[in-house]
Amino acid sequence: MANYAHRLKIENDINTDYIISGRYKFKIQDMKELSKHIFEDLEEGFYKKIKPGDFLVAGDNFGCGSSREQAPAALKASGLCAVIAKSYARIFYRNAFNVGLCLVECETNYIDDMDELELDLEKNIVRNLSKGVNIEIEPIPNIMREFLNKGGVVEYFKEHGGFEGIL
Amino acid sequence: MKQTIAEKILSQHCGKTVRAGDIVIADVDFCFGQDGTSGMIIDSFRKLGVEKVFARDRFCMVIDHSAPSPNIGVSAIHDKIRGFAGEHKVKVFDVGCGVCHQVIPEAGHVTCGDLVLGADSHTCTYGAINVLSTGVGSTDLAIVLASGKNWFRVPETVKVIANGRLPKGVYSKDVILHIIGDTGAAGATYQAVEFYGEVIDALSVDARFTISNMAVEMGAKCGLMRADGKTMEWVKAHSIRAPRPVEADADARYAETREYDLSDLSPQVARPHTVDNVCGVEEVAGTPINEVFIGTCTNGRLEDLEISAKILKGRRVAPGLKLIVTPASRRIYIDALKKGYVETFINAGASVNNPGCGPCVGTHQGVLADGENAFSTANRNFKGRMGNPNANIYLGSPATAAATALEGKIADPREHKRRL
Repeated sequence: MANYAHRLKIENDINTDYIISGRYKFKIQDMKELSKHIFEDLEEGFYKKIKPGDFLVAGDNFGCGSSREQAPAALKASGLCAVIAKSYARIFYRNAFNVGLCLVECETNYIDDMDELELDLEKNIVRNLSKGVNIEIEPIPNIMREFLNKGGVVEYFKEHGGFEGIL
Repeated sequence: MKQTIAEKILSQHCGKTVRAGDIVIADVDFCFGQDGTSGMIIDSFRKLGVEKVFARDRFCMVIDHSAPSPNIGVSAIHDKIRGFAGEHKVKVFDVGCGVCHQVIPEAGHVTCGDLVLGADSHTCTYGAINVLSTGVGSTDLAIVLASGKNWFRVPETVKVIANGRLPKGVYSKDVILHIIGDTGAAGATYQAVEFYGEVIDALSVDARFTISNMAVEMGAKCGLMRADGKTMEWVKAHSIRAPRPVEADADARYAETREYDLSDLSPQVARPHTVDNVCGVEEVAGTPINEVFIGTCTNGRLEDLEISAKILKGRRVAPGLKLIVTPASRRIYIDALKKGYVETFINAGASVNNPGCGPCVGTHQGVLADGENAFSTANRNFKGRMGNPNANIYLGSPATAAATALEGKIADPREHKRRL
């Protein structure tokens, strides 16, 4: 099945308030339900565009602002396979891998909305099938890969009883 | 090896000498959550399958973001927090205690040289008292709660030197807005910032908190200051543990040094919808404003209320304008009452709310209508932040906020120079 890129009208500094508004983070506990409100203040009904395995594509400093873990959790629950951006804010970066959402860091100028993409974490590339180009990605640090493999930091921690073995 | 403050504090907490770029596992001195993040901390803690919290006196939860509860959903979260606290015998600062970033240092839970994690992005506030403190998500916090540790990437450090002497009517809020406007919202992503200079030295500890509080708005992990005489006096009056002040080595390695001369700085305003969209007050003076909010972990301290009260004393806010004042803690509220500031605000037409986050995060106590403009002393002006994506938020100092409340449009506080 083909998977597509989704872009917002804003490219840089997409904050966690935009990902999921503070209005909902207190009200809705169910992440699937919460995911229906992602990016609502920027674009009503954005969640409807996302099919399981699709990608969100952005510019610099994605996820800046509040530490709300509902932001990556709601993105994951929306069905996104990964976020692809030029750079991330640090709290969001930790939170995403902690909840098992993959973040890919690379040049995103060559990805347009609705381009067909393929992510290859073995070869560290994103293939833009619509444009016929391969984009090199920053290798994901080992510690993050371990969390992703287990489905999140909680699962890793439970299995290993801490982080000692990871370094 | 020559080290920055962040390198030193992390070295001391992981038992080996580390430098920027290293990934380490370090012991955390104190950790906490607030009502927006504690529900998920509790869920993650339970999932970890650990029975006891690592240390009962090194963790607390603060009910501040949506307090008192405006709806049933929030009430359930507050109830869950109290239930967990009862079960594990940990401290809750309940409704009315105030904002976590005021309450926690005020109650003495953090001190110089500490490594602190909070499930709130403005945890960087305590950098002002020489604490390496930073925000994390709920699951990261639950890991600390279970084990007393977490993993850290040792950050590179940017050195910011603020030279000169601030003109009358210009405050620490203007300093940090100016710096963020210059660096941009991602100017220090993943880095630590160390603040130095005559401007910082001249500020009170209260005013310094404002600067460190907003370090995250330029992407920084923490905004550190050295411990001087004022810091030591402050922590001795508050901290329940002994301070361990940490200074950077003279020739520590910095990623970058940025120097500012702030002797001619004008009051600064962040325009909608990003914190780095900063200009001098002159550029936006006259913009109509519907709601003025004075408070938050950035500017809800006694000194902030004092400055606002001086401008508002014996006057009324503009007709139709809503002025909301939220002292950052109960102690500040009581002090403001004693000093007559609260009476001044009420006589000026303000609603003086209970200590807490007030309308900052858009869940209650002053949600904006479509098309309304707010002027706030908070730290964020993102679209939708105060509960309505069709409203605009301007950020500035308590002085600019008070002057604006009188006019009903953005106004220059230097016009009230004689009162300040």
